[in-house]
Formats: sequence, structure tokens, C-alpha cells
Amino acid sequence: MIQAIAFYMFAVLLIAAGTLTIMSRNPVHSVLWLIVSFFNAAGLMVLVGAEFIAMLLVIVYVGAVAVLFLFVVMMLNIDFAELRAGFMKNFPLGIAIALVLLAELILGIGAYGAGVLELGTPDGSAAPLLGRSNIENIGALLYSDYLFLFEAAGLILLVAMVGAIVLTHRERATAHRGHQDIGKQNRRRPEDATVNTRPEVGKGVQL
Amino acid sequence: MDYANSLYLTGPEVFLSVSGLILTLIAAWGGQKAARLSTILAVGALVGASIITAAFLINPAFEQGGDAFGGLYRMDAFGSVSKLLIYLAGIGCLIVTPRFFDKGLEYRPEYPLLVVFASVGMGMMVSATDLMTLYIGLELSSLSSYVLASFTRSDDRSAEAGLKYFVLGALASGILLYGMSLVYGFSGSTSYLAIRPAFEGTLGTGALFGVIFVLAGLAFKISAVPFHMWTPDVYEGAPTPVTTFFSTAPKVAAIAMTARITLDAFGNQADAWRQVIIFAALASVVVGALGAIGQSNIKRLLAYSSINNVGFILIGLATGTAAGASAMLVYLAIYVAMSLGSFVAVLMLRDKDGNQVENMADIAGLSRAKPMIALCLAAMMLSLAGIPPLYGFWGKFVVFQAAVEADMVVLAAIGIAASVIGAFYYLKIVKIMYFDEPANVVTGKNDLAHWTVLAVTAIFVSPLGYLLTIPMGALADRAAAALFAVV
Repeated sequence: MIQAIAFYMFAVLLIAAGTLTIMSRNPVHSVLWLIVSFFNAAGLMVLVGAEFIAMLLVIVYVGAVAVLFLFVVMMLNIDFAELRAGFMKNFPLGIAIALVLLAELILGIGAYGAGVLELGTPDGSAAPLLGRSNIENIGALLYSDYLFLFEAAGLILLVAMVGAIVLTHRERATAHRGHQDIGKQNRRRPEDATVNTRPEVGKGVQL
Repeated sequence: MDYANSLYLTGPEVFLSVSGLILTLIAAWGGQKAARLSTILAVGALVGASIITAAFLINPAFEQGGDAFGGLYRMDAFGSVSKLLIYLAGIGCLIVTPRFFDKGLEYRPEYPLLVVFASVGMGMMVSATDLMTLYIGLELSSLSSYVLASFTRSDDRSAEAGLKYFVLGALASGILLYGMSLVYGFSGSTSYLAIRPAFEGTLGTGALFGVIFVLAGLAFKISAVPFHMWTPDVYEGAPTPVTTFFSTAPKVAAIAMTARITLDAFGNQADAWRQVIIFAALASVVVGALGAIGQSNIKRLLAYSSINNVGFILIGLATGTAAGASAMLVYLAIYVAMSLGSFVAVLMLRDKDGNQVENMADIAGLSRAKPMIALCLAAMMLSLAGIPPLYGFWGKFVVFQAAVEADMVVLAAIGIAASVIGAFYYLKIVKIMYFDEPANVVTGKNDLAHWTVLAVTAIFVSPLGYLLTIPMGALADRAAAALFAVV
């Protein structure tokens, strides 16, 4: 009973947040609604027993991707009014793509319902978990059978980080520019700092 | 799973990874000043990895090779020979690098670090017996390469090369992954050992699509026609030491990886992949030969030359026999020496301001200004053209011999015809250097590191190289046999 209530709550909120994502005028609001929908999708995943995917949704999508979106939306000066200007012109194309996606969904669900595809058990229950949660199962595989690949993937991330630093980080040419050097200021004599000149008429001062 | 055994088998990668991590720390704390120290340590790490690989090769307990980490990775004679080639090429490229950056360009300790990590990835590629290992190794080496290509940030061409390489490389990775997902879907496994029996008999359309997409992705990485378009631009734009690296080590790795996946995983579907490889070989040989004719930039010309050479190497693979694979390895070894030598010779050409000379017109009459460089470069060019007393001829000879033995006379004939066309532009460089009016652009001295690498490669491609024919042939035969032993 509680499960059913939770399911309908998450599902309704998910669809509502998804609709608001595409309906809201302000792109920042869109991204925020997207985050709400990610949270609700994560709730749905917990309900079907896929808690690892739920955590991924929160950590990866909410934590990284959505924040990145927010960054892009807020940092870049995109003229959204101009982007929307072609809406009516592209409307038929958008509808066509939406229809194609809808047809694919119907075909896919139809094939699954007819038993052609074997993605899982038809009653929706997953394969038995050998008495462990699927996080434990994934961890057991990742740190034993696939240890080598896991470490190598870590190296890839390290290379990506080093690469980003190499390509963007610049050391300042003068180490302490902008710092006040009092000794240097005190050592300065008026005769070094000032020059008397007598420029001719019509000529500028030569420094 | 036996971890001690697995760690022993993955020794070169483990050693290089640990060295790479130490180099990261040195780069982080040492900063700019540690660049030379970092280079020396990276060369040391690659030498160490070569020693570990060589020790494995002569270890009688692993004569037949061994699987590590439950079949994700296989260390055998084929992998060891390819790795030795990769590490030696990496050492050669690193030795000649610091001098290039002396002239105002920024050399930093991250450069050798990236080369070391790229070598880890390439080692994984040649030893991969699982699609996942292959992909992760490939990405590790590619990602390092993208950064290396745009290493000189002050140079627009370098940035352009890096960006182009990155975008096209990402596209190729996508194609490769799509193919892999199809192969996985239709065979039910990512392991070569399981894919092979699953792909028996007539191949379904979906599985065939997967095989073709995998080959297309790999063809990009070895810059075989029709996926070669990035090569001239990237080779021209990237800093010359990086181009030297690109044209040697990653090429060995990508070709060895392609050989292993076609001969092992798709071994039962030879007819399916051989058509693709034969087409790529022929197209590369012809496009490489014709495309180079109009070039006026030496690096661009050498890029087309590398496309052309990849075609010859693929002829060896296209035979699908052990003799062909062995010929392919022999050609690869000679090609690495020729390519390294040519690029180092180009690297030594500097004008009076210390800038790199890349224009063909500027090397006119080089034989009078710099007789030794001209002689070595001429030897490389004649060897690349496959003119008999030089060692490059032997590589072409074994490849064509393998093709004729496998009843692929037409392929061999077209290859020979294209190598005659290719001889035109190699000879043109020799003619410009020896018979044209001196342009007197190239001046300046070169340091010992360049001379050493140039001398070693020049001796290797000279007729003296034939002394190595028998040991090298035996090693290549053993490596090729290891590839076919899995069956």
C-alpha cells in the first residue's frame, strides 16, 4: 500500500517536474525542475530495488551534470528569446521527431509484451540477488574480476585531469606582480623617479 | 583468480603506472624546473618496462604466454614483441624532445608523463583479450595523445591539431563502441575467447554490422583510408616530437590490437573482415602514394607516407595467415625505425633563428650545408621507397611474399605498383637535397641525443640491418605463432 502511494507520488511529481522543465520561461528554472525530476526518478529506482542506479542518478546527474548545466546557462550569455524565435518554424519537425520516438516506444513495449525480447522477467521482478544488495554485487565484481580495468579507468581520469591542467594552467610571468615591495619603494631616489624636460613647441614629451 | 600471477603478467603496465604516478608528483612539486629530470626518469621507466617485457619473453615458464585477471589480458610473445617496439619507439621520441622546446617553447614535466601513460594504454591495447580492456587501453593512449597534440599552446596549428584529433577521435571511439555493443549483444560476451566460438558459421546481419563498425573504429586509429583524413592535419600541426611519437608507437599498438582482434575474436569470420582489411590496405597504399605527390610540407608528406606504409602492413594482416602476421611484425619494426629516423632528421633542420624548417624548398642543397643529415635522410627516403640495398626493401619483400603465398597475387601486384608511384616523391626529396641549388636555410648545431637516435636508426635501415634478419624473423614467427595458438 505504502509502495503504491510512494510510486504514484514519485511518478506524478516526476511527470510534473518534467513538464515544467520544458514549459518554464526561465532556463535557470528549467534546470532546477530537471533536478527535481532526477530526484523523483531516483525515488522510483529505489522502489524497483535498483538502489545503485538511484545513487548514480543523484550523484552523477544531480551532482555533476545538472550543476554543469546551471553553470553553462548562467555563465554563457545566450539569448533565449532569439532561440525561441524559430519555434513555430521548426514545430512540424519537432512533432515529427516526437512521433518517431513515440512509435519506437510503442514498438519496443509491444515487442517486450509479446515476449520477443528477453530483457528480464515479464512480471518485472529482477533476477535473484544471491542474498546481497546489488551494490554489494557490483562492488564484489568491480574490485575482484575487473580490478585491472577499474584501476586503468582511474588512470584515464588522472590523464584527463593532467591534460586539462596542462592545456589551461598558465604560470604568471612575474611571480609577485601586484605585491607591494616597500624596500624597493624606499630605495627609490627622486632623481631616478623624476626627469626635467623642456619639450619644444609642437613636440610631445619623450619618455 | 591468481593475483600474484596476474600482477607478474601485467608487470610492464604496473611498473609504468607506478612510475607515471611518481612522475605526476614530481611534476606537481618540481614545476617547470623538473622537466628534464622528468624526461630522464620517464626514459628510465620505459627502459625498465622494456627489460621486464624482455625478461618475460625469455622466461621458459611462460613460453606459451599466460592469461591475467580472468582472461581480460593476455601476455604472450606477440604482445611482448609489440610492447618492446612501442617502448623503444617511446624512448627514441622522448630522447629527442627536450631540445625541440629549447627555443622559447614551453617544455614541461607533464610531457614525458603523458608519454608514459600513453605507453601504459598501448601496452593494454596489444595485450587485450577482452573488448573492455581494448577500449580502456585505447582511451588511455588516445586521451594522452590529444593533449600531446596541442601541447604547444602558443601555436595555433598545434591547438587546431589537438582539437581536430580530439573531435574525430571521439567520433571514432563512438563508432568503435557501437560496434562493440553489437558484437557483445550477438555473441553474449566481451571476451575474445567466447566471441570466437559464438561467431561460427554464417554471420547474422547485426553481428556483421558490429564487426564492420569495430573495424571502422580501428581503421581510424591506424589512419587507414577511408578514415585517414585527420592524419595530414594532425601530423603537420602537432609539435614535431609529438608527430614522431604519433607515427611510431601508437601505430604499432593500434595495428597489433587490430591483428589480435581480427585473428582471435573474429578468427572464424575471416571472409567477413578480410574484405574490409583488403579494401583498407589497397586504398591506403594508393591514396598514400598519390596524396603525397602534391605536398610541399615535409611533415605532411611523411604523414601521407605513413598512410601508405599502413597499407603495406595491412596487406600482411589481410592474408590471415601466420606468415602474414609475422611479415606484418617485421615490416612494423622496420617502419618504426624508418619513421623515427625521418622525423628526427626533420627535427634537426633549423634555420638561423632556431625555428623548425618544414618546407621542402628550404632543404634544397642540404647535402652541402649538412652532409650527414642529408645522407641519413636520403637513406631513410630510399629505404621507405623500398630500394634494395636498404632494409626497407626487406619489409616490403616479406609482406609481398606472404601475400603471394596466400594466393593474393593481385593484392601484391597493386601494392608493388603503388610502391613504385610512392618512390617518386621519396626520390624527389633526395633530388631536392642533392641536386638543387642550395637554399642555405638550414644552419645551427644539433646535440648528441638527436645524432644518437639518427645514427641508430640509420644503421638499422642501412644494409647492415640485414644482419638482424634472422633473429628478427625468428622472433616475429614466434610472436605470430602465439597469436594463432589461442585457437
